[in-house]
This record gives sequence, C-alpha cells and structure tokens, in this order.
Amino acid sequence: MMKPTKQLAYALSTKRSVKATCLAASVLCALSFTGPAYAAGTLAGTDIENIATASYETPSGPIVIDSNLVVFKVDELLDVAVSGNDPGDIASAPGAVGNVISFRVTNTGNGQEAFTLTPNVAATGDDFDPSLQTLVLDTNNNGVYDPGVDTVYVAGTNDPVIAPDASITVFVITDTPATATDGNRAEVSLVAEANTALDTPRTPGTTIAGAGDGGSNAVVGSSGADAGDNAFLAIQAALLALVKSATVADPFGGTRAVPGSVITYTLVATVTGSGALTDVVISDPIPGATAYVGQSITLEGAALTDAADADQGNFNGSSIRAAIGTLASGERRTITFKVTIQ
Amino acid sequence: MIKPILAILSPLFAVVVANSAQAAAPVQLSSDVFVERLKQRPDGSTTMVLEEPKLVTPGDNLVFVVKFKNAGVKPAEKFVVTNPLPKAVAFNGTSDGLETVSIDGGQNWGSLPTLRVKDAEGNQRPALMADVTHIRWNLNQSLPAGSEGKLIFRGIVR
Repeated sequence: MMKPTKQLAYALSTKRSVKATCLAASVLCALSFTGPAYAAGTLAGTDIENIATASYETPSGPIVIDSNLVVFKVDELLDVAVSGNDPGDIASAPGAVGNVISFRVTNTGNGQEAFTLTPNVAATGDDFDPSLQTLVLDTNNNGVYDPGVDTVYVAGTNDPVIAPDASITVFVITDTPATATDGNRAEVSLVAEANTALDTPRTPGTTIAGAGDGGSNAVVGSSGADAGDNAFLAIQAALLALVKSATVADPFGGTRAVPGSVITYTLVATVTGSGALTDVVISDPIPGATAYVGQSITLEGAALTDAADADQGNFNGSSIRAAIGTLASGERRTITFKVTIQ
Repeated sequence: MIKPILAILSPLFAVVVANSAQAAAPVQLSSDVFVERLKQRPDGSTTMVLEEPKLVTPGDNLVFVVKFKNAGVKPAEKFVVTNPLPKAVAFNGTSDGLETVSIDGGQNWGSLPTLRVKDAEGNQRPALMADVTHIRWNLNQSLPAGSEGKLIFRGIVR
C-alpha cells in the first residue's frame, strides 16, 4: 500500500485528475498543439529537452542566464490490441470450404513494431475444430478478403509492421469438417505478439535495453506486448421435411378409391434446423393408373397454372412441380394437386 | 584589408566576453528532471521514488527541479525564472502555485484560470494544464547575496 503521507496523497490525486483532463482535452486541444497527437503518446525515440532561464537586473543592465540542458528520450511501449470484426457468429455448414473470420490488430504502443500472428483453431470446450487453411493479411486494406490479392501470412517472413495507432485486418481462413452438425460452434482465435518482446517475459514494465525506436529502450506495456481475441463459427444446417397425404372423394359422395374417384394429394414442406434453404423445388410424379386434374395445383391455398410461366407451379405431362424459393428455418409450405383414378 | 575588419569586430567581442563573465559569476541556475516510480519494498508495501529519466514512456509523471543560487556579493534585482515546457510534456502543476503560465509560446502570461483558448472558429474555452507552453516564476523581489532556492513543477509525458 501507499505510504500515507500528505505529500504522496497530493501527488496521486493530482496524477489522476490531470490524466482525465488531458484525455478529455486532447481532441479540443488539437489545434493549439503542433504536430500530430497520438493516442499511444509521444513517438518512441523523441528527445525531451529541458532548459530553464533566469533573468535579473544589475546596475549595468539586465542579465539572462540559462540552466544546464537536460535531454532524455521517450522510450518505446510495446502494446497491441486484437479484436474480432464480425458482429456475431460466422455462419458455416458441414463440409464448408473457406470460412473467413476477420480480426483487427492495432498497435497501441508508441513505436513502429512488427507483430507475430498466431491463429488457433483447436480450442477446447467447443463442438468441433475447423481445419486452418491460411492466415491472410488484408494487404489492399479494403476490409474484405480478396483471394489471390491479399497476401498469405507466413510467420517470421512477412510479419506485418504497424505504425503507432495504426491497425491492420487479418483473415483466418478455415474449412469445416463434414461431420459438424447443425448448431455446433467452433472457437477460432488470433494472438498478436510484438516481435521485440518475443524472447522476453511479458510482464508489463519489463525493459529491453536499446531495442526501441530511435535508440530508445523498449518496455513491455500494459497489454503485456501481446493480445488476442476469438470468434465463433456456427453451423447453420437446415433440413427439409416433406410429408405427403391423400384424401379420396368417390363419385357417390363417399371416400372409396374406385374408378372416377378424385384423389387430392397434400405435400407439406417444413424446414428445420438453424439455417435457410434456397431454391427449394418440390416435384411429384403423377401415379400410374391416374390422370392429373388440369389446373389443380395450389400453393398455400392459391391456385397455380399448369403452364411453365411466372407463377411457381407447372405440370409437365408426368409430374407437378412447385418452385418455392427460399425457406427459412421453421417455415412451411403446403402444395396440393388432384388426380382421377382411371 | 584584414586589419580594419578586426578593428571593427574587436569592440563587439569585448562586450560579449564582459557580459558572459558577469553572467557566470553571481547567479547560478540548474535544471534537473526526475521520473516518478512506484517501488516495492521488501515488506511488500510500495513507495514513490524519483529516478533519473533513464526509462520514460508516455503517461509517466515527471518532476522538474530548477535550483538557483546568488553566488555573488550583491542582490540580484527583479529575479525571474522561466521554463519553456518541452513539447512532449503536459504541465501538471507546481508545488508552490506561485507561477504564471503562457499558453501561446510565451507571448501572454497569467494564472491558468484566467487564460482562454481560442479555436479557428473563434470559440473560446478555459485553458487547461495541457495547453501550457511556458511556466514563469516572477518572484517580484531581489535575490539577496548568498541566498538559494528551488522551484518544482510536475509534468506528464504526452
């Protein structure tokens, strides 16, 4: 604990209050300061020079004297932040190839620094492990993975050098195993480490003499000179269930299946799971010994024409067909058509 | 050709020498800068110590000490000490509160609460410690022969 003297208490309270003031003021003050202001602070290697002057009067005129000059360097803080760019889980499917997970790596230190990037797809406690394909640097800086344009990262070969306060986007590209099932989640993480601190204990305050920019020392910052974040792949697999039923109306007002009876078939398509299905098409061949009743297709109770035209239904002479389109999980569609027993 | 030039230069030269001789003798001024560090004692408690600025990073608290001494035999009248603040340092108060400050590079002076900052659109706001560019102690008195003292101010590495 702090030594409880008044002197010290003053020092601490001053430090706190003024730090807050400076942060709040930094934007407002931008105009009155010369040079760019960095959130990460004064650039490493900058010299701080202090000299005091005094003046006084003598009978022979005013005298001005200078003190000695004190010069020291601002040292380099090694700090980094990593955050996932995706707002939530990244949708994947069993056997999916090329899942893209996006991370942002920001140099929160005050010097130019190269960073080693390490992805991890083998987290424990999740449902499956995707296979790592590549780690890609967003070299054209558009925030979007451009295969063949953005550069594949190779640790130790093209470690990205990031300026203070600047950041880069990194894509972790993975494949999903075919064995993953709907609702499964997989954790994918990315860690960035300041290269200057690779062989150093990551305790904040650890100093690496002379390793900073401009001949300054490097100091492990509050982040520990490394940082990471994670994101999740989530399997969104949808299943389509189709249930067919039939009702028979005979010519005599009963329900017997005799020649001349009309069979009304009902097809109910239901989507389950957590994803959506696109381009859903339901088709059903007309059974033997029956004849299709023209213009009898309905979708959700609305009649569809037999022609292959703008509406979703058609009859091609042997099967009926309904192109339903996209169905989200939980949605259902009911199709009916009629045949006559020969 | 050479002789006349020397003749012209020599009076100037003499004046300069006389001044610096005068300056060096009576009043001495020194500047020291320290960085505050929390140190852990063997018993686990911590204490604030002042260290030489061998390791300084943004956010560190600095303590500037300006020492003066009248080593002459006559008082130094109207003694004033001025310390321009290094650009990378934000002012963080003095120990005595007797200073005046400038926020415009030493053109205008006043106590901090009386100064205002104008932006490009002409809007004004109260000046903050981070705006200070110069610190001055106008002690408004003579410095008697043999007397000495020190002035202390604090700063934060931007």
